[in-house]
Amino acid sequence: MSKKQKRTLGRILVTAGLLAALWFVPARGWLKLCLYLVPYLLIGYDILRKAALGIVHGQVFDENFLMATATVGAFALAVASGSGDYLEAIAVMLFYQIGEWFQSYAVGRSRRSIAQLMDIRPDYANIETDGKLERVDPDAVAVGTLITVQPGERVPIDGVVAEGRSTLDAAALTGESLPREVGEGDEVLSGCVNLTGLLRLRTTKEAGESTAAKILDLVENASARKSRSENFISRFARVYTPAVCGAALVLAVLPPLALLALGQGPRWSVWLYRALAFLVTSCPCALVISIPLSFFAGIGGASRAGMLVKGSNYLETLSQVRQVAFDKTGTLTQGVFQVVGVHGATMPQEQLLEYAALAESASSHPISKSLQKAWGGEPDRDRVRDIQERGGNGVLATVDGRTVAVGSERLMAALKVPCEPCQQTGTVVHVAVDGSYAGHILIADVVKPQAGEALRQLKAAGVEKTVMLTGDNARTAQAVARELGVDQVHSDLLPADKVAKVEELLAALPRGKKLAFVGDGINDAPVLSRADVGIAMGALGSDAAIEAADVVLMDDDPAKLAQAIRISKKCLGIVYQNIAFAIGIKLLCLALVAVGAANMWLAIFADVGVMVLAVLNAMRCLKTPK
Amino acid sequence: MKKTYPVEVDCANCARKMEEAAGKTPGVAAASINFMTQKLSVEFAEGAEEQAVMRELLRVCRRVEPDCAIDF
Repeated sequence: MSKKQKRTLGRILVTAGLLAALWFVPARGWLKLCLYLVPYLLIGYDILRKAALGIVHGQVFDENFLMATATVGAFALAVASGSGDYLEAIAVMLFYQIGEWFQSYAVGRSRRSIAQLMDIRPDYANIETDGKLERVDPDAVAVGTLITVQPGERVPIDGVVAEGRSTLDAAALTGESLPREVGEGDEVLSGCVNLTGLLRLRTTKEAGESTAAKILDLVENASARKSRSENFISRFARVYTPAVCGAALVLAVLPPLALLALGQGPRWSVWLYRALAFLVTSCPCALVISIPLSFFAGIGGASRAGMLVKGSNYLETLSQVRQVAFDKTGTLTQGVFQVVGVHGATMPQEQLLEYAALAESASSHPISKSLQKAWGGEPDRDRVRDIQERGGNGVLATVDGRTVAVGSERLMAALKVPCEPCQQTGTVVHVAVDGSYAGHILIADVVKPQAGEALRQLKAAGVEKTVMLTGDNARTAQAVARELGVDQVHSDLLPADKVAKVEELLAALPRGKKLAFVGDGINDAPVLSRADVGIAMGALGSDAAIEAADVVLMDDDPAKLAQAIRISKKCLGIVYQNIAFAIGIKLLCLALVAVGAANMWLAIFADVGVMVLAVLNAMRCLKTPK
Repeated sequence: MKKTYPVEVDCANCARKMEEAAGKTPGVAAASINFMTQKLSVEFAEGAEEQAVMRELLRVCRRVEPDCAIDF
């Protein structure tokens, strides 16, 4: 509780006590008025002051003005009618203050709890000087400094492990709770928590440029990009308060005049009272507070689950996504080549792989790397001699005294070795040993294990069509699309063609439906920015991707996509609930007050109650659906 | 030039009004207040003198919300 909140709480308690005491004081007339003015001024002096200042500054229609007018009016009515019922005006002010107090308390708490969720800002870095650890401000650490991270501490600055082994918990960054092993030479990102061993890091960035600082900056600035719902509320609040004041004035004047015209008693005090109660009901606080709070909590919750949403507007758009276009390599597939099969081998498969791997052992091409990996052995360079690269077609070498040719169909043709074509998609590596065909190895980019499930979940989350855009050839693209159940495929695309395709898709999209593009964020930045929402995947540590995308998924699990859509849908659902609920109850109360079915007590209860419920509802956004 | 300042403001509606007032201050190209993080980010117009603009900005914000504070 802040100082101000404590003071307000004190005033609320003292006023309530005074009112209870005054109940037993049998004062009459002016003495009673004076006695009741004490608690009124105690609870309402700041409101009255702000209302007066507001009028001086030309800010007439704010809630201070509404409250001041309503309560001063109620006092005046009580004096004029001689009823001496001052309790109501004081109670209205009291409840208003209770509401304001609760609001500031609840919002303060939720703000802190969200901030805590995202608290990955490092407070200090340990630098070892003369064998002793010294805590310094991370901002003061130069690039290339050795820092020490003890078990249980947060990594303050991005760096590379210079010494030590440990496991790191990156949950605050990626939402992935499985700890990661790191050892010497591994890159370590700030924001991770060191779990087990002592680590010495050589920093590679300044604190302000490190991952943790970038992420925080993003999330904190996210609400600056306002969603349409928020803009709607701003516009609504701007016309709403003056409109209610006007309506109150009409309510105070028109019915009595009409009654006069009909030859009946005008009953001024009744209608004035109703007009004042009208003013009490009218504060738009519940709306103005709960909508931004919902978005803030939604963005906070999403970042906790490893998704950075760069603005409330993107969170809103995400809920309207009906088409998703994917990049293939690195997004739906792992982007690494793997041996997926050995076919037509005339010798044991392991031996074929071994020959191929050894023959290719001098090459650093991704294909030869995948051969090495599939074989799994340590290449012994003594077994391989006479390696001849055949410019892009393959390699000839002598392995264990046998001539081995590894390469494409063209290489086989050049060696006049008849070879079998492969029925499956991927890159085919033929192998010939001692001049005769020995079989072929199929190498392909493998589909991510979660990709199929992710696409099914997207459909379940309301996505109508999935499209794959790839630079790969039609055959491979079709095969991947069939395996995953992608609805539409466009292959052989250059990066510029992808932009054109996305524009085509956007043009064909009906109003109100949005298109998301999902890529790795590295070479598809123009496409990311062209789509309604650009989503970069596996972007942790890649500044370019974080820069280019609107939504950043920290790890490369495509299942997070559907989760992001579910989070945004839940959040938007809560926003609409709050809008409908707050405006609905307000209108109902205004109607009840106008016909005299509700008094000022009910009006103030409705005002405070709606606000409390809306704030509590907004906080549900913090809990992210799985 | 874009800078962020801590602000102190109690109610969301007041923050909204301050944001409007801040945006209209001479020398300010764009301003937005994040009520949740209690931060004001100001994009200054070309050639604006920060301290002078911020003094004026605080003054106009005080007109709409007498209790607010901006740390600059």
